[in-house]
Amino acid sequence: MPTQEAVRPRRGELRVYEPHRAGLPKFGPYFSDLRHRLPFAAEFSRSGIRAAHTQTVFGQLWLVLNPLLMALVYYLLVAIISNSGGGVDRLAHIVCGLFVFQLVAGGLQQGATSVTGGGRLIMNMAFPRLLMPLAAVRTAFFRFLPTVPVFLVIKAFTDEPWGWQMVLSVVFLLMLTVFSFGLAAIMATLQVYFRDTSSFLPFFTRIWLYLSPVLWTIDDLGGHGQRFAHLMLVGNPLFSLIGGWTQLALLNEVPEPKVWLAGAAWALIAAVAGSLLFMSREREFAVRL
Amino acid sequence: MDTQGAARRTDAQAAADNPAVAAPDAPGAEPQAATDSSAVVEAPAADAPAADGSAVSGEGAVSDEGGAAQAATPQPGDEPPADAPVEDAPAPETAPAAAVTKPRIERTYPVDPDAPPAVSVQDLTITYRTTFEKVPTIKSAIVRLGRGERAVREVHALQGLTFDVMEGTALGIIGANGAGKSTLMRALAGVLPPTSGRIEVRGEISSLLSLGVGFNGALSGRENVMLGGLAQGLTRAQVAERAEEIAEFAELGDFMDLPLRTYSAGMAQRLAFAVSVHMEPDILLIDEALSAGDARFKNKAAAKMDELMSSARAMFLVSHSLASIRELCNDAIWIHEGRLMMRGTPQACGDAYTRFLEVGENAFTLEDL
Repeated sequence: MPTQEAVRPRRGELRVYEPHRAGLPKFGPYFSDLRHRLPFAAEFSRSGIRAAHTQTVFGQLWLVLNPLLMALVYYLLVAIISNSGGGVDRLAHIVCGLFVFQLVAGGLQQGATSVTGGGRLIMNMAFPRLLMPLAAVRTAFFRFLPTVPVFLVIKAFTDEPWGWQMVLSVVFLLMLTVFSFGLAAIMATLQVYFRDTSSFLPFFTRIWLYLSPVLWTIDDLGGHGQRFAHLMLVGNPLFSLIGGWTQLALLNEVPEPKVWLAGAAWALIAAVAGSLLFMSREREFAVRL
Repeated sequence: MDTQGAARRTDAQAAADNPAVAAPDAPGAEPQAATDSSAVVEAPAADAPAADGSAVSGEGAVSDEGGAAQAATPQPGDEPPADAPVEDAPAPETAPAAAVTKPRIERTYPVDPDAPPAVSVQDLTITYRTTFEKVPTIKSAIVRLGRGERAVREVHALQGLTFDVMEGTALGIIGANGAGKSTLMRALAGVLPPTSGRIEVRGEISSLLSLGVGFNGALSGRENVMLGGLAQGLTRAQVAERAEEIAEFAELGDFMDLPLRTYSAGMAQRLAFAVSVHMEPDILLIDEALSAGDARFKNKAAAKMDELMSSARAMFLVSHSLASIRELCNDAIWIHEGRLMMRGTPQACGDAYTRFLEVGENAFTLEDL
């Protein structure tokens, strides 16, 4: 996206394309153009979801079946094979964390290919490229939504309490979405320069899954739990984000302030760093594709 | 086109049979040919080579082998053969050229001669820095790092291009493969940032830079129209407003609601063209977009572009078909290896270009409108 003095000129308004000094475009026009074209990102994502569904037999149902089957596989792995005890409580915990983890992982994977996959669009049209990872995250989010009722149904079979605190989990969901947008922007940029990024991603996300409180709980860790938790709070964004989400949505407990703080900080850092990295490189994308 | 050609041939034949009728008939046919862009598009193309052969052959204004080509432009060659067939040879050559260089399109608003140029390109240079590898990967980067190599190669796509395009100009861009035509178009559209220099654009740009911009094969034509329109920066309501018009223009019928992957190349291109021209652009960029449609649609597209030019500020057309440049444009540039070789009338640029290529203006360069 070249420097533009006027991004949406009315008839006869002047726009100027000049060589860009390595760096960021002007924020004002950039974000006003971004806001103006948000419907495109929405439509791009929506039509992408629709297109994907017409090609599978189960269609919409697959959106629910896929994460559910994956949850059952992990449940099998954790509760039955490792014999750590389980029952429906364990399943609910896995489902609660895994579904939302899939939101992050999906955003990452889709975001990584969003720019390289949109080759023609990028080569032939001028628009704020940040719309591409935005659309990818929107896609991941709308793939996540149908799994919420599934989680609630499974939770209904447990003894976990229901209450107003569960509503607060929306805040963590929001933070998770913002966080995955930041990561999607970073991955999209990396993918342009290194086309094998998206091939490494599944391994990376798998390890991240094991490091996050999805398949295990702090209680599972026993004595070392507290020290480990402190380490994870600082080092692993998904520890606070998914931990807080699970506490609210499943256990109906309000997390400690430090969990809120860590989650919000990680979301903010990821979104700002990701956007800045992406925006500083995006004018090169057309040359690199 | 065929039916029109045939119809005109019978006209011409009738004229030849009965010279008395010929004189009143010819002027009567002229305005029809001018308004019907189908005739205008094909005429200069077929005219130049055919004129020497068949016109010189004398009274055979409707000679059998030249028939089809000749029929499209019966008037210039038709009237004189009775008296002076030989001197007539240069006449058809100048006739279409004059018709093109004259502003063929009546504008709906007057062009202010003092207005700043619609597009101003100032010393534009674009250099690609590309990597050797087709696909850059982490692995190859690590390998390179180990060897201490830098895998960057510079491609000078455009070098010091300067020109202004005034309002009301339809600029044809001529050049061999790799001349930098598409790079120039992308720079004008704001996709490629200049390496040095400056581009000033006044107005909204609609680009038809390559086939199927923003189009997703799994989605229906209608959904793709919505996507394409939104990508251009229109609102949902604005696109919905135009969707019917687009569907009608592209003549897709029931295919409009079928997935794009079921379309033929021509259908997809018709749709892409329809989307692009219905965005009510101030400045229209068209890059080899008219190559896949059938003859009838090409004529329709040409007519639509005429209509657009009556309200648009400027149009840029990249084409390897000199005929269509000559037909649709009133100004032209010729670029070669990133440098501006010539600026002039489409006829002059086309002639210089073909001379440069040392290829006669044969059927090959003229054929693919």
